[in-house]
Amino acid sequence: MSTHTETPVDGSAETITGAQPYEAGFTESSAGRVYTVTGGDWEQVLGTGEDDGERITVNMGPQHPSTHGVLRLVLEIEGETVTETRLVIGYLHTGIEKSCEYRTWTQAVTFLTRADYLSPLYNEAAYCLSVEKLLGITDEVPERATVIRVLVMELQRIASHLVWLATGGMELGATTGMIFGFREREKILDLLETITGLRMNHAYIRPGGLAQDIPDEVIPAIRAFLDYMPKRIREYHALLTGQPIWKARMVDVNFLDAAACLALGTTGPVLRAAGLPWDLRKTMPYCGYETYEFDVPTALEGDSYARYLVRIEEMGESLKIIEQCLDRLRPGPVMVADKKIAWPSQLAIGSDGMGNSLEYIRKIMGTSMEALIHHFKLVTEGFRVPAGQVYTQIESPRGELGYHVVSDGGTRPFRVHVRDPSFVNLQAVPALTEGGQVADVIVGVASVDPVLGGVDR
Amino acid sequence: MTDLVPGSAGVPGGPGGRRRDAFGARGSGDTSGFGGLVPPVAALASTSRPFGDEAADTVYDTLERVFPELGDAVERVVFAYGELTIHVRRERLLDVAWTLRDDPGLRFELLSSLSGVDYPDDLTGRRLHSVVHLTSLTHRHRLRVEVSVADGDAVLPSLTPVWPTADWHEREAYDLFGIVYEGHHELTRIMMPDDWVGHPQRKDYPLGGIPVEYKGAQIPPPETRRSYS
Repeated sequence: MSTHTETPVDGSAETITGAQPYEAGFTESSAGRVYTVTGGDWEQVLGTGEDDGERITVNMGPQHPSTHGVLRLVLEIEGETVTETRLVIGYLHTGIEKSCEYRTWTQAVTFLTRADYLSPLYNEAAYCLSVEKLLGITDEVPERATVIRVLVMELQRIASHLVWLATGGMELGATTGMIFGFREREKILDLLETITGLRMNHAYIRPGGLAQDIPDEVIPAIRAFLDYMPKRIREYHALLTGQPIWKARMVDVNFLDAAACLALGTTGPVLRAAGLPWDLRKTMPYCGYETYEFDVPTALEGDSYARYLVRIEEMGESLKIIEQCLDRLRPGPVMVADKKIAWPSQLAIGSDGMGNSLEYIRKIMGTSMEALIHHFKLVTEGFRVPAGQVYTQIESPRGELGYHVVSDGGTRPFRVHVRDPSFVNLQAVPALTEGGQVADVIVGVASVDPVLGGVDR
Repeated sequence: MTDLVPGSAGVPGGPGGRRRDAFGARGSGDTSGFGGLVPPVAALASTSRPFGDEAADTVYDTLERVFPELGDAVERVVFAYGELTIHVRRERLLDVAWTLRDDPGLRFELLSSLSGVDYPDDLTGRRLHSVVHLTSLTHRHRLRVEVSVADGDAVLPSLTPVWPTADWHEREAYDLFGIVYEGHHELTRIMMPDDWVGHPQRKDYPLGGIPVEYKGAQIPPPETRRSYS
C-alpha cells in the first residue's frame, strides 16, 4: 500500500487510506477533510488500451506565445500528427455585453471598443450604425462623419492586417516580418492618435457621428503615409511571398474550402481565400462603400498561404479607399444636427492636453442656464432610443462583425450582443488542424487571426 | 401604474412591457416626462403584409410557398427597422430551419449570429428568447428567427445539425442565459468557469460592481446608481 496521508494538524484525526493501490486517501483534520493522491503513474491509473499507442494529450496555452493572448488548445497527438484539437476560451471574458446594459447608449461605445482591441473602430462603427438605425437617423449622419468613419476604419484594417503579419510571421520564425509589421503599424497608430487622441480603444465614433472632427494637420500626414505604404507592401512581397521557408510552412497547409467555411460560419479573409468573394462592403454596403472604387482580393487555394496573399492585397485596396476618402472630405459638421442626440460638449486642446473647450464651459456655466441643463441631462441621463431590435453587420478585418442591439425605449441598451468574427472563425481551427502536424497548428491558428479580446468579450 | 400595456414600450412585435406614467419618475431623477410616453401599439400583433420591402416580401412569400404549414409554425411576423423577424414555435424550429437553408429560393447558407435575450416582462410569459440572424449569400437577404421559451422550461432544439456554426453560439447562450439546446453534442459553459452557478446575462442576475473611491468620494457601483429608464 503506497498511499500516504499527511499528519493531521491536531494529531487526533483518523487517517483513512485508499483500499486499492493509488486510490486517493483522506484525512479528517480540524480544517475539514484533506485528500491525498500520491505514487503510481498514469499508465497504472488509466491503463493502456491497445489503440492508445503513442497518443498523448498536450495542453497548449492559455499562456502560450502563439495563441494570440489567452487561447487554450487541447491537442491529442500521435507522434507528430494531431488527431484531435479542442479549443478552450473564456479566459478574457469581462462581461462587456452585460456592462453595456448599465450605461447610457453613448457610454457603451467605451466598453465595446475594448472588445476586439486590434480593430476597435469597427466595434464602434457597427454599434453606432445599429443605434442610428434604431433612432432612425441613418440618413441624417453628416457626409463628413461617414467619410471620416470609412477613412479611420480602412486605416485600422491595414494596422490590423499588419499585426497579423507581424505576429503570424514571428510564430513562424520570420522575425524580420515581425519588425516590418509593427514598424508600419506604428505609423498608423500615430495617425489614429492624431485623429482620435488615442492609439487604441478610441471611443471616437459615437451614435450620430464622431466625437470630434479630424485636425487639418493629419491630412498631409495621411498623404505621406499613402506614398510610403505601397513601397512597404512591395517589401513584404520581396521578403515573404516567394520565400521558400514561408511557402513551405504555408502552402497546402490548413486547407478549408468555401462550403466548410459557410458551414462553420467562417467569414472574412479565410472565406475569400477559399474563393468566395464575399465582402460585406460590396455585397451589403454600409457607410457608402458602394460609391468607392476598390476590388475584393480572392484566392482559390483555401490554404494558409492564400490567406496571407488575400490580406496583403487587402492592404493595397484599403489604401485606395483612404485616398478616395481624402478627396471627398468637405467641410461640414461631424455630428447630427439633432440637439437631443448630439453630444453637447466640445473638445479643445489646452496646455494640459485635450479637454472640454473653455469657451464652451464659459457658455454653459456663465451665460446660459438652459444650455447647462441640456448638457447635464444629455450627459448623465442620455437620450432615449425607440424600442425594437436591429442587427448590423459590417466587414471587419477578420470577417463579419455583427451587432444585435435591443432597446426597450430607455436611455440604456437593453441588450447588446457582439457577433465577433474571431469567436466564430475559431470554431474552424479543429477543421484546419486535425490530421496535420503539430507545427501546423500554430500556422492554422495564426491564419485565422483571432483576437481574444473579441472572442471572449 | 403597473398594468400591462401593449408594446415593448412601443414597437410592433416587441416583447411587451409595463406601462410607465408620463411622469413616472419611479424614484429616479427623470422629471422630463419623456420616459413615460409609451405609444400604445399592439404587442403581439404581426406586421400586416405586404411589408413594403422587396427583400422581406420575397423571403416571406417564398417561405409561405415552400412551407405550407407555415401558419402553424410561425407565431407572428414582424417587420421593423427594415428587418424581418419571424417568431417560430420551438416544435417546428428545425423544420423551418432546414427549409430556410436548403430551399433554392431561400438559401440561408450562413447562420451569422445567435444570441439570447432576456425579457423578464414578456407578455407571453416566455422570457428567454433565442435570436438567430441568417444571411443568404445567394440572394443577399437577411432574416431573423426568434424562438421564446419560459424560464422553467427553457428547452429548444439545437440548430447545430443545420448550421454547425451554431455550436459555440448555443454554448454561449446556454452559459449566459440558461437556454438548453436539445441535441447539442456538447452543451457546456464557454465563457464562465465550468463550476459557475447562475446565468450572468439574465436581467435578474446582478452586475456585481463594487464602490470605487475617487478623490475622496465614494462612487457607487453602476447597478445601484440613479437610472432613468
